[in-house]
Formats: sequence, C-alpha cells, structure tokens
Amino acid sequence: MKLLTAIIKPHKLDDVKSALEAYGIQGLTISESSGYGRQRGHTEVYRGAEYTVDLVPKVRVEVLVDDVDIHDVVEVVVKSAQTGRIGDGKVWTQHVEDVVRVRTGEHGPDAL
Amino acid sequence: MDTGDTAWVLTSSALVMLMTPGLALFYGGMVRAKSVLNMMMMSFGALALISVLWVLWGFSIAFGNDVGGGLLGDPGEYFGLSGLLGADHLIGTLPAMAFVAFQSVFAIIAVALISGAIADRAKFSTWMVFAGIWATIVYFPVAHWVFSFDGVVSEAGGWIAGWGVIDFAGGTAIHINAGAAGLALALVLGKRRGFGRDPMRPHNLPLVMIGAGLLWFGWFGFNAGSATAANGTAAVAWVNTLAATGAAVLGWLLTERFRDGHATSLGAASGAVAGLVAITPACSALNPVTSIVVGVIAGVLCALAVGLKYRLGFDDSLDVVGVHLVGGLWGTISIGFFATADAPAAVDGLFYGGGLGQLGKQVTAAVVVMVFSFVVTGIIGLVLQRTMGFRIDEEDEVTGIDQVEHAESGYDWGNLGSGSGLGLGSSRPPAHSAGSTTGNSSEVSA
Repeated sequence: MKLLTAIIKPHKLDDVKSALEAYGIQGLTISESSGYGRQRGHTEVYRGAEYTVDLVPKVRVEVLVDDVDIHDVVEVVVKSAQTGRIGDGKVWTQHVEDVVRVRTGEHGPDAL
Repeated sequence: MDTGDTAWVLTSSALVMLMTPGLALFYGGMVRAKSVLNMMMMSFGALALISVLWVLWGFSIAFGNDVGGGLLGDPGEYFGLSGLLGADHLIGTLPAMAFVAFQSVFAIIAVALISGAIADRAKFSTWMVFAGIWATIVYFPVAHWVFSFDGVVSEAGGWIAGWGVIDFAGGTAIHINAGAAGLALALVLGKRRGFGRDPMRPHNLPLVMIGAGLLWFGWFGFNAGSATAANGTAAVAWVNTLAATGAAVLGWLLTERFRDGHATSLGAASGAVAGLVAITPACSALNPVTSIVVGVIAGVLCALAVGLKYRLGFDDSLDVVGVHLVGGLWGTISIGFFATADAPAAVDGLFYGGGLGQLGKQVTAAVVVMVFSFVVTGIIGLVLQRTMGFRIDEEDEVTGIDQVEHAESGYDWGNLGSGSGLGLGSSRPPAHSAGSTTGNSSEVSA
C-alpha cells in the first residue's frame, strides 16, 4: 500500500475531492497547512509598514491507496489540482507497511 | 434648568462612554492574538478606575475653584461631589450632575488612549497604578486649564480657557495630552522584543473596523455634546465632525494608494480616528468646507507620521503619537489658520484676516500641554519602572501577555489546544470546581 500526500491550493480542494470520489476512493484526510515553495510568500502593508508573509495557506490531502491504483490516483490528484500557475503544490507517495481498520481489526488492502 | 439641554448632554455622555469600549476593540484588533485581552483590559481598567477617581477628587481638581495661576482646581471643594446633589444646583442650564457626567467620560478615554503606546508588554497592576496617578496629576489639572472657564462651575477657572485659546472638545487636554504621554511611556518601557524585525501585524481587522465605527459614532457626543446645550453650536460641531472625518479617511486612503499601491481597511479606520482627533478642538470654529480641508490634511499628515517610529526607533505600538499627538497638534493649530467669525466660536484665523494673534495662542497652548504631559508622564513612568516594575519579563512577552497577566486566552484555537473538551494538552478544570454549586464549567488555560 501507499500513502499519497498532496499539498494543494485551498480553492482546489473541492475539485480534488470530487475527482477522487469519482475514481472510487473511499476516504481521505484533510488538514489546513501553510508553507512555501518556489513561489515564496507575499507582501502585506499595515499603516505603511511592509510585512513579508512567507507562509502561504495550503491544504494537505492524505489518501491511503492500494499499490495497483497508485499511479492512476496520482494522475487524478495532479489533474484535478492543476491551475497551471505558480503555487499549485506538490504530490508525493510513500510506502506503507500495514493498515488496520480500527472497527473490525482487518489488515492490509482489506482495511482500505 | 433646560430639559432639552439636559437630555442632550446626558445622551452625549453615554455616547462618549461607549467610545472607550470602542477604543478597546480598535486597539484590541491591532495587536497580535496573544495580547488582545490585555489590550482591551487596559481600556476597561481605565474605565473602571477613572469612574471612581472622578467622583472622589477628579471633578474637584478639574472644576473646583482655582487655587493659583489657573493651574489647579481646589481638590477639596467638590470632594466626593459634595454639594452638587441638589437638583437646584445648576451649571449653565444643566443640573450640575449632568455636567459632571459629561466631563467624566472625557477623563476616562484620555487615560485609555495612552495604552496603545505600550501594547503587549506592560504589567497590568502597574498600568492601573499609572492610570490613577496620571489622571490625578496630569489629566485633571490639564482639564482644569482647558475646560474650566471662569464663572461656569467656579469663579476662577484654568489659564488656557481664560486666555481665549479655542479648544472646543479637547484637542489639547485629551489628544495632545494622551499622545505626549504615550510617547513618554513608549520610551520608558522600551521596544517590544522583535520590534522592527518580526512581523507584528494586526490579528483581527474586523475588530479594528468595529472599534473605529463605535469611536466615530460616540465622537458625535464628544464634539456636539461639548456645546453642553442642544443648540446651533452643537449642530455646527456635528456637521463639521462629519465632514472632517470623511475627508480624513479619503486623505489617508489616497496617501496609501499612491505610496503603497492599496487602500487598506486599517487605513480607513485610522484615517477616521485621525480626522476625528483633528476636528475635536476645531469643530466650533470652522465652517464645513474648511473642516473638509482640515480633515483631509489630518488624514495625509497622520498617514505619513505613523512611519516615523520606525525611523526614530521608538515602539509606539499602535501609533498613539502618529494619530493622537500629531492629529491633536494639527487640529489645535489649524484653528489659528482656518477659524472664521461666522462659526459659533466667532474668531477669525489668519486666513480670514484675523492676524497671527489666535495662531500664537493655539501654538502656545498646544506646546505647553505637550511638554508638560511628556515630562510629568516620563517621571511617573520612570518611578514606577524602578519601584513596581512596568514591563513584563521577556519570556512572558514571547508566551503572550494574556496568559501571563490574566490567565486567559482570547481565542480557542481548536480541538487540541487549551480549553477544549478533549482534555488533551495542558488544560485542566480549576481545582475549586469540584462539587461547586455554580454549575459553571469554566476552565483555566495553563
């Protein structure tokens, strides 16, 4: 199994969610996060004093995926999160040793 | 007694009272989230303390019979407002108590205004002691200088009032006074940790906007109420206040638009206050068109002045100097230029053929109040710094003054933080709540 983590623009969350649902993904975890990539932050001005805001608000999406689906799911997320402008985010995957469904105790792909 | 005048002055008193909670919101939104409660508490603390002091000796020092040189009223004459209870004791057309009420709320906001200069870092106990001492030896005497006219409350009043300086609602006594005091305290306490390096942006601009709105609303009582009558002077003051404030918002926003590229909400709120400050002394002496001129200049001037603290290196955190001192000076001095004999104050300034006489008086009064307030406040601040300590520890400043001074947090940041029902992290129910009869499950954040 794999863990897919995507850092995306907050306003693309709905698109990513519906695309994943359409693909058949049953569950995911969302968290608000902040950070910066090549786009860096932006500047705000308060009473004439400039502040550089380095960290930009982002949404972090985490999905557990079966090995056979992972390439497709990465494609789905990338396509639905893309605007083509700077700051679209990143998607990466990691190997996951085991997954257990808490309610039933099922292990592995059955728990997804 | 005139019932119409009394009704208007009591209404105005309540309007001005609301300005201090408004100021608490205006200031509270401008600090970082970890200091919002302390910022608001400094205003509420002043509101509570000065209400009491005003009744005990404040009114008497400000409006008792002069004890020498127009500098001070007799503190014993009306101690505890003695002798003023009777309905037949009139001040002008008002029951004495209506006049007492109206003047009390000016004293309160003058003290509260100073707190913006020392955001995030002042011990609450020392602030309260400071507030009492400052009101007693700075504000009450200066209010006597400016607001106590010969023969109104007492036979002999203050020197500024008696000399023919025009300060209708308190450009000198309130704004220059509080602004200079703020500068002195900012210097005594020193800069906040990270000033000029770390971002200290306002944590809640909607609060700032609500606060500015309440100040704007209450200020109609401040200025139009200062006629102490329901008459034409009050109406002129009202319209001039409207015109100058609108113009000042535009002046501030245009300055920002040209300099920084954007018209900001903080700029609109600040511009409104700058305009209100500037028109305060002048609202009885100008016509509505020159009020617009004074207002727009106030907006531009104060928008430029708030940047000075970074260049000069003092941490007047919320720009009490840039807005109240600069705006107060401008408003007070502008009368010397723009006053017209057509207005209720019936004096011509330089531009209306009145010569330099009025201008000279205005400048003198403004400078004397500024220097007096700066010097005396500095001394009070230094003495308190050496004795009680005025500043919280550096470590506490990083943690946040709300937690350290008040054992509270302004906001519940979510499920895992303090104050949640999950019981995670460091929150715990207070020890005394076990078996208590209040049924109120308050929590203390550690």
